[in-house]
Amino acid sequence: MGHHDLSQTEIKASPLDIHFPDSDGSRIPYEVFSSQTVYEREQERIYRGSTWSFLALEAEIPHPGDFKSTYIGDTPVVVTRTPDGSLAAWVNRCSHRGAKLCVLPRGNATSHACLYHQWNFDSQGNLTGVPFRRGQKDMAGMPPEFDMKAHGLKKLRVDSYRGLIFASFSDTVATLPEYLGKEMRPWIDRIMHKPIVYLGCTRQYVNANWKLYFENVKDPYHASLLHLFHTTFNIMRVGMKARSIPDATHGLHSIITATRIEDDTSGAEYKAQDIRSMNEGFHLEDDSVLGYVYEFEEATTNHIQSIFPQLVLQQIHNSLVARQLLPKAPDKFELIFHFFGYADDTPELRELRIKQANLVGPAGYISMEDGYATELVQRGTLRESKSCSVLDMGLGKPDQQDTLITEGLIRRFWSEYQTLMAL
Amino acid sequence: MTSLDNLLLWFDLHNLQERYVSVLDNDQLEAWPDLFTKDGHYEIVPKENADADLPIGLIYCNSQGMMRDRILSTREANLYEPQTYRHMVSGLVITPIDKTTARMQSSYLVFRTNQEGDTTIYQAGKYEDLVVSTPDGWRYQSKRVIYDTLRVATLLAIPV
Repeated sequence: MGHHDLSQTEIKASPLDIHFPDSDGSRIPYEVFSSQTVYEREQERIYRGSTWSFLALEAEIPHPGDFKSTYIGDTPVVVTRTPDGSLAAWVNRCSHRGAKLCVLPRGNATSHACLYHQWNFDSQGNLTGVPFRRGQKDMAGMPPEFDMKAHGLKKLRVDSYRGLIFASFSDTVATLPEYLGKEMRPWIDRIMHKPIVYLGCTRQYVNANWKLYFENVKDPYHASLLHLFHTTFNIMRVGMKARSIPDATHGLHSIITATRIEDDTSGAEYKAQDIRSMNEGFHLEDDSVLGYVYEFEEATTNHIQSIFPQLVLQQIHNSLVARQLLPKAPDKFELIFHFFGYADDTPELRELRIKQANLVGPAGYISMEDGYATELVQRGTLRESKSCSVLDMGLGKPDQQDTLITEGLIRRFWSEYQTLMAL
Repeated sequence: MTSLDNLLLWFDLHNLQERYVSVLDNDQLEAWPDLFTKDGHYEIVPKENADADLPIGLIYCNSQGMMRDRILSTREANLYEPQTYRHMVSGLVITPIDKTTARMQSSYLVFRTNQEGDTTIYQAGKYEDLVVSTPDGWRYQSKRVIYDTLRVATLLAIPV
């Protein structure tokens, strides 16, 4: 798909007084993290524009009638499995007077009635019932020309790729597989290669802009510097075999992997540079949390794949997670970690996955700092809106992909973000 | 059991719970694992998972060693804003199983105060405990923390 499919050049955007000094994504004016105007434009041009947003795992709604309330950006939507087993998604707003239709977070129902006047809809979002439509006795009811078909819920395009459900407001966006792109699909295939089981979710509410988190999952540079658990307990070093690959079409998605190298000598470099994260002498008393069962062709310890705008697919050791990133306000986002295993897990492997939930999520040994770090940026930049962040790491070798010491994926993201947002 | 036995049991278990709250609220985290048996379990799971019989939570330890590791990581490895908890615990119900084991349930509310001195209600939830009498006194064989406040504010660094 081309550049222009995403950039929505047909929609004229009023100019915003936001200046990116460079188009290479290396200087980001801080106001994009706090501006309400930017936030509003993101809702229209990104979330309600030509993108596909991750909503759920198919394993969360396996049975006909199963539904889940969630969001695309900050628009409430419902994704549901219809009686024939297909998927549907619609905006969670009654077509009558606008009330939020489905008020439960999850459930099973083949019809959805609005609480206010009991207008009734099927799983696909078609209007199936209007109380007193034909009136009663001498009372008139709806006009005879009232067209039930024209008053269904706002339906979204919905598709699933390997058990990951996405939806889009756009009629013109590329198909989901094309949108994911040929660089990203094999990495999704790798994780989603056999039937999965949903194991539950944890949620985190962070007082920072959603893009700070999206930067974070495209930022392998921070991993061993912010998350000291890695090095305190000797889990990962910068010297691992690494990949940092953007998708070739627009650069909004990316994959970062780290694979342990057996004869790793980079510890010495850390000591030489006196980096604070090198800290010998701490050992886990019970290191079962760091177990690793080989289950992929390549023994990556980390697979962090961001699919713009609201999915991060993750494998860390044997912990498998689909993270959903939801913007709530310019300075607030919610992060929902959907944990899963494979249907054919042995009891021991399932136990290991549950135990390794300790590594990730809001209390994760190697992730709890991410929310805090994004909040520190939010606080630090509040009144420095015209100043810019500096993203030069690895700038001299923009095409290098076998590295973790790079901000190249973040630059690619920002570069396309400017196009997408007409900034 | 006579009512005097019940009174003594209530006294002992109430004491255990008060010590539990005290070590967490007064920065004596290293003493926290000692309130469990060696093979004790500690987990903190969101109500939505508990209700749906799904296993995932924020912290899951199935040995005292894992609990000590959690505290070591909190002290040495993890970065977070300095903070203080204050627990309010109520609704203690004790169900004796035999002379040396009992179930306990109670509600909790945790206030968190950050570095700037702002205090917020951080988490509401309940404790479901299995306690056993050991030569050292009553200890938690398992403590399951089920939290109602589903969205964790920024992060969870200290056990609840």
